[in-house]
Amino acid sequence: MHLKYESFVREPLVDGDKTYHQVTEDIVRPIEQKPGRMWYVGFFFSVALLLFGVFSVFWEVYYGIGVWGINRTVGWGWDITNFVWWVGIGHAGTLISAILLLFRQGWRTGVNRAAEAMTIFAVMCAGQFPIFHMGRVWDGFFVLPYPNTRGPLWPNFNSALLWDVFAISTYFTVSLLFWYSGLIPDFATVRDRAKTKLRRMLYGLASFGWTGSAKNWQRHEALSLVLAGLSTPLVLSVHTIVSFDFATSVIPGWHTTIFPPYFVAGAIFSGFAMVQTLLIICRRIMGLEDYITIGHIEAMNKVIVLTGSIVGVAYLTELFMAWYSQVIYEQDAFKWRIMGPYWWSYWAMMTCNVVSPQLFWFKKLRRNIPFTFIMSIVVNIGMWFERFVIIVTSLYRDYLPASWTYYSPTWPEVGFYLGTFGLFFTCFFLFAKYFPVIAIAEIKFVLKTSGESFKKKMGVIDEKSTEDFIHEQESAHH
Amino acid sequence: MAIKKFAVACYDDEEVLFPAVKKVRNSGYKLHDVYTPFPVHGLDGALGLKDTDLHVAGFIYGVTGTATALGFMSWIFTSDWPMVFGGKPHLSLPAFIPITFELTVLFAAVGMVLTFCYLNQIMPGVKKHVFHPRQTDDLFVVAIELNEHVSEQEVVDFLKSTGSVETSVQVAESEWWYGRWDKQEEYEKA
Repeated sequence: MHLKYESFVREPLVDGDKTYHQVTEDIVRPIEQKPGRMWYVGFFFSVALLLFGVFSVFWEVYYGIGVWGINRTVGWGWDITNFVWWVGIGHAGTLISAILLLFRQGWRTGVNRAAEAMTIFAVMCAGQFPIFHMGRVWDGFFVLPYPNTRGPLWPNFNSALLWDVFAISTYFTVSLLFWYSGLIPDFATVRDRAKTKLRRMLYGLASFGWTGSAKNWQRHEALSLVLAGLSTPLVLSVHTIVSFDFATSVIPGWHTTIFPPYFVAGAIFSGFAMVQTLLIICRRIMGLEDYITIGHIEAMNKVIVLTGSIVGVAYLTELFMAWYSQVIYEQDAFKWRIMGPYWWSYWAMMTCNVVSPQLFWFKKLRRNIPFTFIMSIVVNIGMWFERFVIIVTSLYRDYLPASWTYYSPTWPEVGFYLGTFGLFFTCFFLFAKYFPVIAIAEIKFVLKTSGESFKKKMGVIDEKSTEDFIHEQESAHH
Repeated sequence: MAIKKFAVACYDDEEVLFPAVKKVRNSGYKLHDVYTPFPVHGLDGALGLKDTDLHVAGFIYGVTGTATALGFMSWIFTSDWPMVFGGKPHLSLPAFIPITFELTVLFAAVGMVLTFCYLNQIMPGVKKHVFHPRQTDDLFVVAIELNEHVSEQEVVDFLKSTGSVETSVQVAESEWWYGRWDKQEEYEKA
């Protein structure tokens, strides 16, 4: 029974006068049409970037990790910076699909499918960095606890780096399952209206033979709810564990207990920014403005200003703790962050992450699409600098002044990073062409309570007393 | 494999579907299944379906994951290959928490999805009969199984009276089979 009361004051989640069939038409149309010129340009540019990345990685594997700029003092450079950055971006999808499902936030339906796809692709990109950072990448499987001929010698289960292996692989698997279980009914929709045989066959395979039986839907809803319940602590655990990579060591600037919440907030912050970047382009090119409305964009900007402020407080807390702890190593680490040779990265981080998102307190700016788009890129630049600051500016001046150094990346490191952009956007372009970018069934589910044309009739319901409303709902279904 | 005959009614609104389902259940005809393009809340109750136990299965898988992770790590570090890391005890439970948690979630999620596919009898390569191509688009489809005890015309007339927008009589396979979705016409001929 559906007793959810939806106030007519609340902004509609679906604009325009839509029927169920119109929803299907709007969302499936891009799959059935030939892609535009922009799609081809974007896709081939992404593939070119990806190939350059493959070449850079090949160079590194062939000649060894020495071709990177990292050295004995700065052992983690762009590679781990990029790893943490991509993992962070990969947090928004599951946050939107899981945590907002549990919080009953209706606006998630418009953006969850694309955000989850983004999550999966971002985690794929993230995973490349620690793997190739291993150096002898062909021995990479040593991190797995399998019975081997060396004893068996097991990995160290007390190590934060091994926790990361488990956290990232679990996160990837569970996000993929959650995403795909939602896609099954939508693939069936594409299959049943397919005109060509090839499309019918491929989407028939992809839809697992889904028919929409009432019992199947009941199980589907139970599955979604439990997967959401499982993913909620999972998404918080992943960046917590990533932050343990730093927090469990005794490097000044890393050895602090605020890292887990600070990393999680930063991850959500950058993840939502990436969702904004992608969806503002998607809704425009694919004509989905009715489903990803200005209300959706505003809601995400609110999350950005909240998490941006949390991150800002964390930066200030770090500075305070450095001073208050009276530990000279900690104090010097932060002094050099602010005015050492890497001062530019610290101030780039501060400006992009703390100062500029505060502009989102203004409603006019939250609902301004070009401004949001620029901000989403500024935030992701800022979050990249945050990871760079944390990693490089904690390492380059260690306890022994004789080994102090300055680190800059070489071309294979930069190429590797660009290559992951290629991977990410290649996957996203394919997703936008072949997958329903918006969860069709979920939109239909909220259409009668939150669609614009249905909302107009809701004034009448608002005047009814609660008892009458419940009585009517109950008698309607029994 | 069982080829059966069905009377099929399509509705274009869930507001019409609910009273229709109620009438079908009261009529005593054998209700095969109801197909909807999206989850309709309360439909399982209206059909008299029991609540699913999928979440119980999920719990069991989760506990299995917890036990696997804790048991495995404890066995390795206390008996199979005890090592001292940073002077900590062999059984350093707090350090086992992250992996234990991850494995709990992993087992629960993977197990539940596989169980979900098994219970619904879905997987790549499975073919099922679709009563109306728009049942995954905008139509709500009710299928009644016909047998020698009821007259075909009577059931169709009854379904028409419940506010359906389209009715038909179809002979179809009631279970799933291995097949391709682009071979629809060949299956219909056979």
